This record gives sequence, C-alpha cells and structure tokens, in this order.
Amino acid sequence: MSPRLRWRKFVSGFMLAMTGVCALVAVSVLIFILGYLVYHGGTSVSWNFFTKLPAPVGEAGGGMANAIVGSAKLLLLATLVGVPIGFLGAIYLAEFSGGTTAFVVRYAADLLNGVPSIVIGIFAYSLVVLPFKHFSTLAGGFALGLMMIPITLRSTEEFLRAVPNALREAAMALGASKSRTIATVIVPAAYRGILTAVLLAFARVAGETAPLLFTALGNRFWSPGWNQPTASLPAMIYTYAIAPYEDWHRQAWAAGLVLLGLILVINIVARGILSRGISVPR
Amino acid sequence: VATTTTIEPGAGPISGSRSFLAKLREGDEIARLITFLFAASVVLLTLLLVFELWLGSALPRHKFGFSFFRTSVWDPILLILAVPLGIGAAIFLSELAPARLSDTLEFFIDLLAAVPSVIYGLLGVFIVVPLMRSYIQPGLKGTLGFLPLFKGPAYGVGLLTAGIVLAIMVIPYIISVSREVLLSVPRDQREAALSLGSTHWESTWKVVVPFARTGIMGSIFLALARALGETMAVTMVIGNTPTISASLFSPGYSIAAVIANEFTEATGDLYLQSLIELGLVLFILTFILNGFARLLIVATSQRGGGTGHA
Repeated sequence: MSPRLRWRKFVSGFMLAMTGVCALVAVSVLIFILGYLVYHGGTSVSWNFFTKLPAPVGEAGGGMANAIVGSAKLLLLATLVGVPIGFLGAIYLAEFSGGTTAFVVRYAADLLNGVPSIVIGIFAYSLVVLPFKHFSTLAGGFALGLMMIPITLRSTEEFLRAVPNALREAAMALGASKSRTIATVIVPAAYRGILTAVLLAFARVAGETAPLLFTALGNRFWSPGWNQPTASLPAMIYTYAIAPYEDWHRQAWAAGLVLLGLILVINIVARGILSRGISVPR
Repeated sequence: VATTTTIEPGAGPISGSRSFLAKLREGDEIARLITFLFAASVVLLTLLLVFELWLGSALPRHKFGFSFFRTSVWDPILLILAVPLGIGAAIFLSELAPARLSDTLEFFIDLLAAVPSVIYGLLGVFIVVPLMRSYIQPGLKGTLGFLPLFKGPAYGVGLLTAGIVLAIMVIPYIISVSREVLLSVPRDQREAALSLGSTHWESTWKVVVPFARTGIMGSIFLALARALGETMAVTMVIGNTPTISASLFSPGYSIAAVIANEFTEATGDLYLQSLIELGLVLFILTFILNGFARLLIVATSQRGGGTGHA
C-alpha cells in the first residue's frame, strides 16, 4: 500500500469517526438535559408540588397546582380550536379540493407554521385581549390553538393522502357516497396517523411560553372560569428561573422536569402509535 | 395531485347529471362545504394575522417608517458551532449508520427537537451562564483578549451565551433536514465515486455533500429562521440591554426579547404599536428566510429523487 493511499484511508476513517462523534454529541445533549433535570428537579417534585398554591415570596414550600390546572385548561382550549380546523381542513385538502385552493390553503398553513410564537402572542393579544379588555385563559388558549392548526393540518393531510386509492374506489363501487366513504373508510384507515399528528401538535404547544406571556399573563392564585389571567407551567418556569430566590429556582427545576416528562411521553406514545400501524405506509 | 377527481366523475361543483339539490341530499355537498369552511378559516386567520400586525403598527409606521431597527442575534457563533456539528451528525446518519441505527438516532433527535425552549432557557441560566462567567469568558479573555470581540467584563449573560444556547437548540433541525436531503442523493452518485477508487469519505465529501449542497444550505436557513424567532431561551440569557457593542461578552437584545419584556409594560399607544411593528418586522424576516430555505430544500429533493441509503 502506497503512503498516499494509506494517508487517504486514514483521513477517510478519521473523518467518518468524527461524524459519528457529532451524532453522539447531538444525542447526548438530550440525555444530559434529561439527567440534569431529574438530578435537580427530582427532589422537588413532591405531593405538595401538585396540590399546593405557590407560597408567598420568602416562604418555603408551596407548589404549582394552579399552573398545572391552568396549563390543562389552556391546552383543552387549544385542542378545541386547533384540532377541528386542522382535521376538517385536511379532509378538504386531501379529498375535495382542486389545485389552486389547496395550494393557497397549504401556503397559508406553512406561513402560519413559520410565524415566531411571540408574534402569535401579539396577534392573540390584539384579537382577544384588547376587545375583552383583560388578559384571559381564553386568549392564551386561542394563541396555542392557532399554533396547533398548521401542524395538525399538514400531517393529517399527508396521512389521508397515504391511504391507497383502491380503498376509495372499492367504497365507491359499493355505492357509498363520497362523504360516507370518507367517514367510514378513509378516516378509519388513517386514524393512527391522525392521532399521531394531533398528539405531536399537542406536545409542541404544551411547552410554548412566548405566546402566553401577554395573553394568559400569569397568576399566583387559582383562576376561576375562562375570563381571568391564568398561570401555566411554562410561564411559571420562566418567571421562577429569572427570579433571584433560591427556593423558586428549585421549583422551576421541578416544573421543568414535569413539563419535559409530559412532552417526551406524549412524543414517544405518538410515535409508538404510528410505528405499530400497518394501515398507513410512510 | 388531486387524487379523488379521477375516481368519481361527479366530484366538484360541475357535475353533469345530478342536480345540486340531489347532491345536497346525499350529504356530499354538505361535507364539502363544511370542510371547505374550515380550510378557508386557515387562510382567513393567516390573512387576519398579517392585517392585525399591519393595522396595529400604523402609528409608528407613519411616524418613523421602517427606519428604526434594533439589533437581533445574528450571531456567527450560532453558525460556527451548530453547522459543523449538525452536518457531521447528518452525514453519519445518512452515509455510515445502518438503517436501523440511523432511524433510532433520528428518533432521539426528534425528541430533542421537541424539548420546549423554556427548558433550554432554564439550562442556559443555570448551567451555561455560570460556566461562561467563571471559565470560558476569562479563558477567552486571557488568550484572545486583544481582539475587540472578547473585551469587557465577563457577566456570563450576553451575546456569546445566547449564541451557544441557540446553537444547541437548532442542531436537531439542521440534522433532520440535512439527513433527509442527503438520503435523497441518488445511490448511483455514491457508487460511481467508489468505483473510481475514492475512499468512503472522499465519495461522501466530494460527491454526496456537493450534490446536496443547496438543501443543506436550506436547512441552515431554516435553523436561522428558528433562531431569529426564538424568544424564551434568548430572553433568559442575553442580558436584555438595548446597546450595540462590539464585544461578544456584553449583554444585548433581540427583537423577540424586546417584545417579550416590554409588551405588558408598554404605556401609551405609540410604545405598544412600536412593539407590534417589531413583531411585523420579525414576521417578515422569518417569512423571507423560511421561503428561501424551502426553495433550496425542494430544489435538491427534486434533483435527487431516489433514496440512497448506505
């Protein structure tokens, strides 16, 4: 083997090994984040964390019960806004529309998907907060729902399109109307994919903070009804992390752990649903 | 594209034989209308968003025009750190790793992309900032202190720190998109290079990567758009000071951070509307970057076509 060839082989092996290191570093970031959160937040996640209101400044203890309920309410609203529009819009795109309309809708959805979350917050502020004259759960839920629309729409459409045409033709040949075909054949065939799309969109907005800053605002107490400012887990993490109190930092870690755990579990479940499905090839 | 029109001749508004009423009774037309309304609402909401931003920023636009800009984090740090690492990992996933391992790692990368930004901010505040303050910044000052880039007191927070946190955040996006693009390079290209006697690395670096170059550029622009619109992590570590300084150590500000910090405290219409105008600027910038990125990525995938898994 000539020295030059040996050198080339060495470079090849070395550089390829380096790419492996890059991949390893990227993946280890995730493990590091998880490990660090468990290490720091694990001890602070207690029964009190889930059941108590935040303690006044200077007093130890307290929890984030109001933030957890607030997040749940916000996400419920977001799902009510985002999923119907995303799902039914996707059915229109995949089953009914022709070229131009579909292009316009798809373009709008992509545009909406690229909008920075803080700008979504401004939009919800001027559309919901200003007319009602105060910050509310409603406004926050609307902002999050708006973010869910494009994600649900685009992936649901892809899964509907992946349903083989033979299924549509078979249903039609049996005399089913188009709407019946969609309701009883196409959507059931793609339901795993659709469920995955909805779950991923849900997980994505569950951790969003920026659009909540001036829509749901935040609250140190329970937020009755839908028309009051409310606390939420991500916003609490933000407030607690930049505050100068040691006890708040501990709570921020705990909240981070709970939030990240929730999001990762939803992600894993969503992908699990998809991989077990045989109906929709990707 | 329209898969269904070939199946049912009666689809669409211009059906020959049956009347509109008959179709209405069958439910098809109702389903069509309802789903159309929901699809149209997506377009309407998007238009409304642009309209509201435009309307909401009328006052400062008439007063100052688009002339007042603040700095945003166009941090070269982000690119220097994230691009090599991201592309390196993408090359490993597409060229070297067996399909099974590649898919498993991609699963982890997807999970990493799902970590919310406020968590990155949390880790930034409590890990990166102290690390920067006590080790990295004094170290850089000791070795490269003669450059204006590395002057000034080591606060911990600042442009450099924000750049590093953003770099870590956007790496998963660069990896996922670059991997897709690299996998769409036809197998023939690799085999041709190998048959001419090149090593594995030479075929990758001199043939596959150049072939996918535009798509990889697209992934970088996509990452830039993400970083530009990113609010929480940046706000938490950048220091929030409205000054422009040559030093990477000094605290700075980004458009998104300004909005996040000052929106609820804005007094008076002009102040509030100026912040909305910043939102409009941010929207336009990310719109341009995203569009450009998508163009580059689509161009590569169309040129490639086949999947060339190693």
